[in-house]
Amino acid sequence: MKRTRSILQSLSVIIIVSAAVVWFAFGANEGWTKTSKPVKTVDEVTGIDGITYEEGFFPGIDFFAAAVLLSGLLFSVRFLLPKQNKVKTKQQKT
Amino acid sequence: MNKNIVATLLVTGLASLALAEPQTFDFKDPKGVNNAVFNLDAPLEAITGSANGVSGTVKFDAEKPAATTGTIVVAAESLHVPNSMMKEHMHGGQWLDVARHKEISFEAKELKNVKTDGNKTTAEAVGTITLKGVSKDMTVPVTLTYLKDKLSLRVPNLKGDLLVIRSTFTIKRSDFGINPGAPTDKVSDEIELTLSIAGAAAK
Repeated sequence: MKRTRSILQSLSVIIIVSAAVVWFAFGANEGWTKTSKPVKTVDEVTGIDGITYEEGFFPGIDFFAAAVLLSGLLFSVRFLLPKQNKVKTKQQKT
Repeated sequence: MNKNIVATLLVTGLASLALAEPQTFDFKDPKGVNNAVFNLDAPLEAITGSANGVSGTVKFDAEKPAATTGTIVVAAESLHVPNSMMKEHMHGGQWLDVARHKEISFEAKELKNVKTDGNKTTAEAVGTITLKGVSKDMTVPVTLTYLKDKLSLRVPNLKGDLLVIRSTFTIKRSDFGINPGAPTDKVSDEIELTLSIAGAAAK
């Protein structure tokens, strides 16, 4: 049981750290997660900014929030698990 | 001798009359650069996207820019936002319903307060905007830039002129029945539209 608690704790830390790294690496976008990004190219004759979209995954604040939630959930589950040592000592007393 | 002079004057006169006719500029851009950008700035969320499915024609006379008329059409299907789920919702029946209302258009009937400086004309276009099947009369500011003989720079082997139109104005989504019940703190009622388009008139 102690091993499970330790795994859950490690997982929650890994998730939140990984999500933070990914989110910051993509520019810490405070908007929603995007599946395409606008790219502007100026037409030299008319001066118009042409807009095309680059496909990809660009994580937003919702991505980071979901990671924080999942991490918190795993960390909370850790506290719900019975502490084996205390049970043993109680059994030993009786 | 006199007959020759009269004939020359007649031909010159007819030629200048012919030149005075307005040109028809086609806004279906083969380069796909023409676009309309929309921006909704709500307190909780800002949504920005664009559309590049621009077409339509405008009649423009460089000598009489005030007489400019025409219609610009944007294919509703071409409206794009960077979030795919948001785009799906935006195209859906509750919002723009692009399956039923395939086009967004502005028909310019006349220009007011026309000011021309060189090849640039600023004015107010009086016309009708149609969005999601609802038509509304509007007056919007426009800037027209006439680029004489510049078509060949964009489309090789084609001689002609270009007309660049720029306009920024605001509409209300509630006026056009675009999910009027949606909370305005998340999706702004005001939509700022910025049109940047170039039309070509081949000679």
